[in-house]
Amino acid sequence: MSTATTSEAKELAPVSAESLAELLVTGERPPRPSALSASLTFGWRAMLKIKHVPEQLFDVTAFPIMMVLMYTYLFGGALAGSPKEYIQFLLPGILVMSVVMITMYTGVSVNTDIEKGVFDRFRSLPIWRPSTMVGYLLGDAVRYTLASAVMLTVGIILGYRPDGGVVGVVTGIALLVVFSFAFSWIWTMFGLLLRTEKSVMGVSMMVIFPLTFLSNVFVDPKTMPGWLQAFVNNSPITHLSSAVRELMAGDWPADEIAWSLGWAGVLMLVFGPITMRLYNRK
Amino acid sequence: MSQHTPALAIETAGLVKTFGETRAVDGVDLAVPAGTVYGVLGPNGAGKTTTVKMLATLLRPDGGEAHVFGHDVVREADEVRGRVSLTGQYASVDEDLTGTENLVLLGRLLGHSKQAARRRSEQLLEAFGLSEAAAKQVKHYSGGMRRRIDIAASILNTPDLLFLDEPTTGLDPRSRNQVWDIVRAVVAQGTTVLLTTQYLDEADQLASRIAVIDHGKVIAEGTKGELKASVGAGSVHLRLRDPGQRPDAERVLRATLDADVQLEPDPVALTARLSSATGDSAAEEASRALAELARTGITVDNFSLGQPSLDEVFLALTGHDTGQDSGQDLGRDSKDEVAA
Repeated sequence: MSTATTSEAKELAPVSAESLAELLVTGERPPRPSALSASLTFGWRAMLKIKHVPEQLFDVTAFPIMMVLMYTYLFGGALAGSPKEYIQFLLPGILVMSVVMITMYTGVSVNTDIEKGVFDRFRSLPIWRPSTMVGYLLGDAVRYTLASAVMLTVGIILGYRPDGGVVGVVTGIALLVVFSFAFSWIWTMFGLLLRTEKSVMGVSMMVIFPLTFLSNVFVDPKTMPGWLQAFVNNSPITHLSSAVRELMAGDWPADEIAWSLGWAGVLMLVFGPITMRLYNRK
Repeated sequence: MSQHTPALAIETAGLVKTFGETRAVDGVDLAVPAGTVYGVLGPNGAGKTTTVKMLATLLRPDGGEAHVFGHDVVREADEVRGRVSLTGQYASVDEDLTGTENLVLLGRLLGHSKQAARRRSEQLLEAFGLSEAAAKQVKHYSGGMRRRIDIAASILNTPDLLFLDEPTTGLDPRSRNQVWDIVRAVVAQGTTVLLTTQYLDEADQLASRIAVIDHGKVIAEGTKGELKASVGAGSVHLRLRDPGQRPDAERVLRATLDADVQLEPDPVALTARLSSATGDSAAEEASRALAELARTGITVDNFSLGQPSLDEVFLALTGHDTGQDSGQDLGRDSKDEVAA
């Protein structure tokens, strides 16, 4: 590092005081950007980061593929007679599970930015306060869509046939992405609250594993003991995966869609303000 | 813009910030005239950064008040944010993005159109000598380049007040001088600068008034001249050819300069702290001492004239040192190096 620094420093072109002075004088101050424009700009930043560090797409490509393959062949024979039959039931559920799991990386990226030092720069700007957070989530929405597309492709190769056609599939994914956007506010909160990346990961796992596994993603809850059914049947993940499953099967499960969107609204109304409070207090 | 600017860019009264049991900032009063460079000098952990963070609306004060251009930093945080800019190790740029991308991103966030943000970033990179590195990710920048892009990001919109939090810590002397040139250019255009630093000579180079902070309190405040007069004129560091002559040299220096002479761990080195009582400049005193040593037949290999270091300022002001390794203090010995 130090050798590179010295040699580069020597080659570094001098600062031009005149052109600098000119810039400072002519610098007009444009009106502040709108909330939407600031949020989209932060979303653009998330896209740039994907461009520069494409490895970060590993969790939305390789991980979901692994999930589909693993659970289809692990449980397929036992639960539904064959993997091919099981995937009809499993794919929408595993899609929900994987994408909801991927949301936890939001907390990690918030936390990393705080440590790297770019965060306070954003906080010192005269912009709509939540736009930084919304920007992360917009970028993540793109990742969720990508993960969904990848899993759907693998599912179709393995024999999944959605009766809902393109409309059903697209509506299902849209519902999933909207829910995940709202759900991610939990992670922005933890990203701001916890001090290290590792602790963010740790806490995320504690929340996400029970929440996604204790649902109707893998099996029908009717086989579970009563107390567990009570939890599973009321879990937002169960509502969401039922909604996505039925949408993709060509039905219109109004109740389950309403439940999913309702949960999304509640999550955002609770964790959005907590996140912003922490953001302002940091 | 300038006719609306009140005479004071920053005014604080009894500013306090506590972290658990620690009072990181313990009743700081500052009055920073607009259009000047104001230096805040102190060792690590003195409360400099915490003060800046409160003034830049990043931290909420636990007590006292602070106004920036007449706006309360808590109640009118948004107005304050519209007029200030911040450069510090914690308020940096995105390492994963390129220089251009960082500046365009911030330009957009400040309300520029895509074209205007792009144009402005090109001009800034050009002015800062970073055109060639524009398409490189910032994590591959050297320390000096890094500081330039940080400052460039802070002047995308010419701020009325620029916070520079230790802008040259960790830089080599050459990059340091370049940062100083940038600061001078910014100030020449009417921006007020609040500069925090651990180096007395940096404050000396740039600031017109200086506040010295220790343990969260302002322990001295005034113009550079006032501050220096309270500390002494500086010191002469000598290296002799023959370590055996050191006791003689020590005696001669004491007699000629009426100064406090200190023997360094290096057996050929010694330091005389100059007093400003005689009214002579440090250079005059030093040349008198050298002439006297030469007459006594003591061979001096090398000498340098040092500004009072931060350690010395602290010693003079507080009676205790900064508690830091003096080897860290680049301010010392950086000037007037002369081979005899």
